[in-house]
Amino acid sequence: MSVEPLPILTYPDERLKTVCEPVEQFDPELREFAEHLQHTADLGPSAVGIAAPQVGRMQRLCLVDATRAKRPVDNNGPLVLVNPAITNWKGFAVGREGCLSIPDYTGKVIRAETIELTAQDIEGRTVTFKMKGFEARIAQHEIDHLDGILFLDRLVSRHADLRER
Amino acid sequence: MTQPWLLLTLVGADRPGIVAHVTRVLFGVGAELGETAMMRLGNQFAIMMMVRGAGNPEEVAGLLESTRADFGLKLHVDEIDAALHQHREPDVSVIVHSADRSGIVSEVTAALLEAGMNILDLRSDVGGSSDKPIYIMQIDGESSQGIEPIEQCVARFADQGLTVRVTPLETMRG
Repeated sequence: MSVEPLPILTYPDERLKTVCEPVEQFDPELREFAEHLQHTADLGPSAVGIAAPQVGRMQRLCLVDATRAKRPVDNNGPLVLVNPAITNWKGFAVGREGCLSIPDYTGKVIRAETIELTAQDIEGRTVTFKMKGFEARIAQHEIDHLDGILFLDRLVSRHADLRER
Repeated sequence: MTQPWLLLTLVGADRPGIVAHVTRVLFGVGAELGETAMMRLGNQFAIMMMVRGAGNPEEVAGLLESTRADFGLKLHVDEIDAALHQHREPDVSVIVHSADRSGIVSEVTAALLEAGMNILDLRSDVGGSSDKPIYIMQIDGESSQGIEPIEQCVARFADQGLTVRVTPLETMRG
């Protein structure tokens, strides 16, 4: 794609603290936006996900792509999640997170180890996924963006060391 | 021209108010604080703090003299060639524990160096009891040659009674 990447909002932009609206219209414009968002993430520093509000579009759409992890992890492939909702959580794990909207800082966050979520795909069809580990972490981080929550809001002690269960 | 960063180190018997008093003095003269690390070590409280905009090392020591004396602190100030926004991400965690004995840090860190690991953060503690102390060390670092050489290098410590756990770290960025 030769188009310019979308400008990424950075903390403390108030829009990053805003709860997003559901997507109601599934049309070519939405598909084009999702592609543009993917292109933007591709050009960022090793991102495995991105959410629409990070580029100023206050709608419940995010991308999750655990295939881009440095080490292979269980995954469902590259995903466009529209109106995602986590329906089940299990276990806890500490992991280090960073964010395209918060340059030059990473910190430890506790997330559910496994999740189930329901969403719509880019065509509006209902989809469900089971995720664990790194992919579950990405999804939780991105869905937080849709609710105006940043990983800074969930930081735990830098010495936290919950063992994975 | 921006003044250079100074590194303040302050150490003294731990008691409430050290951080508040030191930073109030610095804020009062318009100083800028950079990255800091503060922790209790033994029964002491130790501060390492990047500061600039409060004068040269002698002037900063002078500003803090009253607080230093009130709290019985040891104070040292150095000009350093430091900069912000230079974070690096660890990709490996090494956790070591065993009965306490001399040489653990030296031997383990030498092995990690041999395996190509650069230490970014190290915390160690002595727990247990006075007559039966245990040593716990947590290290985050960068593995220039991958995690396998580190695992191979630390395997030798099992025969010496040390438990060493090597875990890859990956920062999730989204």
